[in-house]
Amino acid sequence: MSLRSEVEEFLYHEAALLDEWRLDEWLALLTEDAKYRVPSNDAPAGDPADTLFLIADDIHRIRGRVARLKDPHAHAEFPHSRTRRLVTNVKVVERGDEIETFANFAVYRMRRGGNESVYVGRYRYVLRRVGGELRIAMREAILDSEELGRLGAVSFIL
Amino acid sequence: MSERYVVNDPQGLDFRVHRSAMVDARVLEDEMRRIFDRCWIYAGHESEVRAPGDFVTRAICGRPIILSRDSTNAVRVFINVCRHRGAVVCRERSGNARGYTCFYHGWSYDRDGNLDGVPGESSYPTTFMRKDLGLAQPPHVDSYRGFVFVSFNPDAAPLTEYLAGAKEYLDLVVDQSPTGEMELIQGTQEYTIRANWKLLVENSFDDYHLMSTHKTWLDYMKKSGVAIPKPAKGHVMPAHGVGKALGNGHAVIDNENFRGRPVAKWIPIYGEDAKPEIEGIRAELVRRLGGERARRVADTNRNLVVFPNLVVNDGSSVTIRTFQPMAPDRMEVTAWALGPKGESAKARAIRLDSFLTFYGPGGFATPDDVEALESVQQGMASWREIPWSVMTRGMAKEGEQLNTDERHLREFWIQWDKLMREPA
Repeated sequence: MSLRSEVEEFLYHEAALLDEWRLDEWLALLTEDAKYRVPSNDAPAGDPADTLFLIADDIHRIRGRVARLKDPHAHAEFPHSRTRRLVTNVKVVERGDEIETFANFAVYRMRRGGNESVYVGRYRYVLRRVGGELRIAMREAILDSEELGRLGAVSFIL
Repeated sequence: MSERYVVNDPQGLDFRVHRSAMVDARVLEDEMRRIFDRCWIYAGHESEVRAPGDFVTRAICGRPIILSRDSTNAVRVFINVCRHRGAVVCRERSGNARGYTCFYHGWSYDRDGNLDGVPGESSYPTTFMRKDLGLAQPPHVDSYRGFVFVSFNPDAAPLTEYLAGAKEYLDLVVDQSPTGEMELIQGTQEYTIRANWKLLVENSFDDYHLMSTHKTWLDYMKKSGVAIPKPAKGHVMPAHGVGKALGNGHAVIDNENFRGRPVAKWIPIYGEDAKPEIEGIRAELVRRLGGERARRVADTNRNLVVFPNLVVNDGSSVTIRTFQPMAPDRMEVTAWALGPKGESAKARAIRLDSFLTFYGPGGFATPDDVEALESVQQGMASWREIPWSVMTRGMAKEGEQLNTDERHLREFWIQWDKLMREPA
């Protein structure tokens, strides 16, 4: 199997776990120093050390985020949104023991009352092999819209 | 107005807000004329534009504006509309420009707002006067410690008079900066809430909801080693705090801090390596301001509402938030992070990280606020059956009002009611 096929399989697996809200299994795909980021719409290439992001989690806050999302008191996601992720245009670049991966996404979020929204953008991953398995060291979801606008919040794992 | 939207009866211990005020399109139209066109409205921060020609564009009070620096480096606000046919002149978010050219017929304006180019000008009759057709400006533009406000009301009182007791709380925010200046940090959170704008005013400094709406945030803080004291008897919150009216509809909650502050109260979430940085910031505060004032700046967190639509929360970080009503059930929110000009890279990183745990569309708290407001807005549809919202917490108390009481919310509504009764 080509590296790209392997990475695509991995991304599809990740998307399925997230769409099914199997968040603990998703956490297991991350490295111990993983980061998860969503930049502000007007600063897509920013650095969270000097730029306000929407999300810039280290592994501690990622775990906290998952714990929160599993709690019915996470009101914005209770009941859980239905989501469906389309992940495509995958591009992989090997850099030493890391695989930088880019992919386009369209994530549909459905809530009651005909409330549907689509998050469109690009993922940037840094993947590493841990014990032979692909693991996520960095996961950045860069939104294409000029503002977050009617999407309102990024309350689930995008 | 024939209807009464606010019942305020201190003797009868009754304070109620009529829910139709959150759904009626006529109310919004009156608000735009009687409140937004008469008050001082936050337009931006001086640090967004630094050099001659710098500009940012946005919409406030339904008008497109340019906030810019002119050729003398003075802060200016122009109405971003061509004097010829009314097209928006500058359509970029931000930048630096020698001037602004309307793409429709090509009229151009210099950075001081003068009309300096009219294609085919010779076809205009002698009555055509370029000098009368510069970019329009709001009748009043002024700033207070970096916060730029405009008023579309020619008869507006001076800004410092308008801000009343809110000045003291803006001072507390700015006093955390060793340079005496705060600056906006790049990265803007712009999002829509499908709720009436007044619900966000209430929510922005309503501590009564914190323990129930933000339980998951508190749990995260606890699990991260932050000490969350048990509320004292008769209290809902982990630490003492008061709600205060500041005049002209402005109000604040002013709390003993338990949640950590980049300036300057370390909590375990910041990490051990951040400790020396935070201690250094604290020492500087004490040197510069003295122990008492330093404690006031560092050990209290404050959520300030500047009537009608500016929120400055100096809590887990400093955020400026302003919101424009678009419809009775929809507002557009813009939020920024504010930090001391010249703070170290390390301090800036701590500040931004601390911001994101609580605040913003990806934080552990704000999405649940948005959910609450949208839920309330859905509930407002039943205003005919349930016309009133009760807002009497703390009303029978003499003296101090808690942050979980509603004196500060009532202050907003009293001013709202007063202005809505005065014909525009």
